[in-house]
Order: sequence, then structure tokens, then C-alpha cells
Amino acid sequence: MISIEHVTKRFGRGRAVSDVCLDVGTGDSVALWGLNGAGKTTLIRCVLGLISFEGRICVGGHDVGSRGKRARMLIGYVPQELSFYDELRVSEAVVFFSKLKGLGVPALDAVLGGVGLSGHEAKRIRELSGGMKQRLALAIAMLGDPPVLILDEVTASLDACGREEFVSLLAGLSGSGRTMLFASHRVEEVASLAKRVAVLEKGKLERVQSPFEFASALGAGTVVHLVIPAAARERAMAELRAGGLVPTLNGVGVLVGVDAARKAAPFRLLAEAGVPVDDFELLREGGHGTAHGRKEHA
Amino acid sequence: MIAAAIHSGIQVTSGAERVPPGLARNVMTISGRELRDAVRARWFVLYTLAFAGLGLAISLVSATATGGSGLASFGRTTAGMINLVLLVVPLMALTAGAGAIASDRERGMLQYLLAQPVSRLEVLLGKYLGLAGALLSCICLGLGACAGVLAWKGMGTDPAAVLWLAGLSFGLALAMLSCGVLISTLAGRASVAVGTAVFAWLTLVFVSDLGLMAGAMALRMRIEQLFALSVMNPLQVFKMWSLHAADASLDVLGPAGLYATEEYGKWLHALFAGCLLAWIVVPLAAAAVTLSRRSPI
Repeated sequence: MISIEHVTKRFGRGRAVSDVCLDVGTGDSVALWGLNGAGKTTLIRCVLGLISFEGRICVGGHDVGSRGKRARMLIGYVPQELSFYDELRVSEAVVFFSKLKGLGVPALDAVLGGVGLSGHEAKRIRELSGGMKQRLALAIAMLGDPPVLILDEVTASLDACGREEFVSLLAGLSGSGRTMLFASHRVEEVASLAKRVAVLEKGKLERVQSPFEFASALGAGTVVHLVIPAAARERAMAELRAGGLVPTLNGVGVLVGVDAARKAAPFRLLAEAGVPVDDFELLREGGHGTAHGRKEHA
Repeated sequence: MIAAAIHSGIQVTSGAERVPPGLARNVMTISGRELRDAVRARWFVLYTLAFAGLGLAISLVSATATGGSGLASFGRTTAGMINLVLLVVPLMALTAGAGAIASDRERGMLQYLLAQPVSRLEVLLGKYLGLAGALLSCICLGLGACAGVLAWKGMGTDPAAVLWLAGLSFGLALAMLSCGVLISTLAGRASVAVGTAVFAWLTLVFVSDLGLMAGAMALRMRIEQLFALSVMNPLQVFKMWSLHAADASLDVLGPAGLYATEEYGKWLHALFAGCLLAWIVVPLAAAAVTLSRRSPI
């Protein structure tokens, strides 16, 4: 359904995406995984035909460069954060995008009810919470029941509760023959939604693996997500490495795989080193049943 | 489950038959959205009030100056109204155009819009026509209110003169809107776009006039050169065309006006129309090319 052939995107002398080849079949669900700057969002923008690139990308057989409109007819897109006219009402936004997709006037109850936004038709977009905006973006993306869904770190701006709700909404969409391509740096999303994980590093596709192989590579059965202030992240990485763990930087902190019996190990190491931890999550294998907590600064 | 719920709310065609809407339909959809958004915006209300208020003030002052019973026709206030249009309409159109693409790009709205089955040309034309509609409304409301109050006060108005002025003002607005949209596609940030638009307005309104006078004196330009340089400024084209339409003579402009009348005669309307059309089409085409080549992010 999505064919990415030798795609390279340069910004000046640097390469944000470098010779990436990836096929996403009908009904497949592929997570793009990587640190900030790995090229996930850039690759998604290429697939949407938003930016020029070297190579070739086809969606449903349509080249996104030369037949972009046709290709995007098959795609529902949810961005990291919905940015649209703040003064627009929810109902107006749905009708507007429905028209752009060449559909009739939608039955708002059904469209908004599907994402839990019933009763919010008359609200202006600026009045919606972050989670509600993402639900609206999902409702808009699903207009016309597109066969491809592309998501770009859709839970990055949500709190833990909102994330769980949104991921469970998305989980309801996967497995219905729909093709999904999504960028994420959250283990639980990858585990819940992906059938394959494409790991990007510095713009290159390093490997494509199953979610289980991916979780195993990250650590053992449990992954601890530590939210650490930016200024202390490098020190936290060094302390965790020194303690025999294998940490990975993600958007707002550090991911570290631990044995189920040693979940407190990273906290102990960081507390001894005086590294502050703002928040944490325990991400269990399979992605279901995350535990959340907040620690005082060590 | 969600898909089924959403799917049931709309009429869709099967996957193999999915055909995106054509250019005209998408342009209509986007322009309708843009027009509704523009007329709700503060800038539209403020510009309309300022335009109507100043127009009314000019008309009433002209009436007083001609002895109270003056203003036998709207034509007597034409000179004042032309100067008002020269000041307000370009500023309004340039700044509205400057915000069209740059602010959407800055807020991520352009990226989201272009992720839908629409082309960049459709987005550009939709935004342009929507803003053009808002500007037309503003001009009609401003001049209409002015003419209406004058008529109500018993100071006769000439409907033809009002229509001519409104039409020419709209032509000028379209030209300036094209320039504003071009600035918007070139600028990286909305603040830079609006700043550049204001600078362009100052240049067109004040600097080019002074520069033309200074150049004519310093370089001892021939009259045809002076006229040629004048028609390169859309504001001068509007001014000359408005005066020409008002009394069929350009004597008031001095030697350049006399030269234009003698040289081009009945072709002056076509010349002015061609110049203004070029100012509408060329910057808009340049904006389309720029938008097609630039990243929307």
C-alpha cells in the first residue's frame, strides 16, 4: 500500500533521511522509531508529499510527487498537534474537511461520536483540550474511511491519561485491514499498535523488527520511562550506563530496560548521583497496563 | 468500530473509485472558509470602520467647503476619496495578503491543509479569492455607507461615479493583494511578511512619488519617460484612471497627464486596465511558483 524506494531528503549539506527503502503492505502497521532528529517526521512529510525528496514514494500505486492529490485521497493524517483556525467550530471543521475530501455533508453525530466528541459540535477549536483536539484530528482523518492512516507522534502533547485513551482509540482502528504508518518514541504505543518496527538512526533505516524483538532489544520485560529535566539528561545517561544499564534518550527523558525484579535500580542510581527525576512510567512488555508515578527530585 | 461509526456518517465511494475534488471545487471550499474567517476578524472590522468613517468625514468636509448645499454629486468628493483609497486600500490588501500564507505556515496550518487531497495552487487561489471577497465587502461597505449617508443628507450622489470608484478600488485591492500574497509566500515568518508589506506600502504610497519627482528633476526625464515610470506604480495607475474616469481629462496631473491624453486618447482605459491586470496576475503567478517550490513547514 505504501512503497518507499530509496528516499533521501537533504537539508543543506545534511541528510535528514538517507536512502530509506520500506514497503508497508495492506493491513500492515509499521512504527517509525528513533530519537529526536532520527528522520521519522521528515519521512512522514515525504510520504504526504509535503516536501520534495529524492527517490520515489507511492501510496496505493499513486506517486506522491506527481499524483499527490490522488495519493492523499487514500490517507488520513493525524499530526502531533491539530493546528487549524482556532475560531472555527468543531462542526464547521468537520464539514470543511469533508468537502475537501470530496464527501457529502457528514452526519456529525456519527463522525464525532466515534471519537467521543458528541456534544462538542458547537465548541470552537480553541476551547478544546489537547486530547479533544487530537480526537477531532482523528475524526477528520477517518472521514471517508481512508485505507491508510498516518500518525505523527500523536500522543506527544498529551498527558498520561490522555495518551492511554488515545492509544486505545487507535488500537480499535488497527487490525481492521487498515494500513498504518506512525512515528513514535513511546514503547507502549509501538507495542500496542505496531506489527513491525522500523528503527531509524540519523536518517537511516537501521532495521525492521517485530515489536517483541524491539522490546527485547530495548531491555528485558520492563521498560522504565524516566522524565528528566533536559539539563540533567546527559548526566542521567552517564550514571545509568555506569550502573550497568542501557539507557536510550527519548523526547522528554530516558528509557531504560530493566529486569522485572530490578525496577528500582535506575531510581537508586539517579538518587545516589543527585539527578532529578520529574516523573516516571513503567512500560510493561506488550504495552498494556502502564503504571505512572511522580517522584520528588532526588 | 470507530471507523464504522465515522464511516456511517458520510457517503463514501469505494477505495478504487476515490477521486479527489477538482480545482474549482476545492478553490470554492477554501475561499468560502477564508472569506468567513476574514469577515469575522478584527482587521476587517477596523479597516471597514476606518474606511467608511474617513470617507464620510471627507465627504462632509467637502460639503461644508462648498457652502453647505454643495456636494451636488458624489463626483465633487472624488479627489478626496481617491486619496483615501490610495492610503487605506493598499495597506489593507497588502497586510491581508501578507498574512495569508506566512501565518498559516508558522502555525502549522498550511502543513495540515496540504496533507489533505488539495494542491498548493488550490490553497493559494482559495485564500486569494476569499480575501478578495473580504476586501470587496470592505470597499462596498465603506463607499456604500458614505454614498448612503450623503444621499440621506440630501447631498446628491452619482451612482455611476460610486460604482467606478468601487470597481477601480477593487482592482487596486486585487493588485495589492497579489503583492501581499507574494510577500507571504517568500517570507519565513508572519511578522517578517507583515513588516515587508508595510514597507512596500510606504514605498508605493510615499517613496515612489517623491522618487519620481526627484528623478524627473535630477535626470531631466522626458515626459514619456515620466509617464512610463508612473504606470509602473499600480497606485499611480489607479489615481490616473480614477481621474480620467471622473472627467475624461488628466489636465490636473500636469504635463504627464496632457501627454497621456494626447498620446493614448481613447486607449487610456485599455492601457490602465492592462497595467493593473499585470499587477494582479504577475505577482500572483510568482506566488504560485514560490509556494510550489517552498516547503510548507
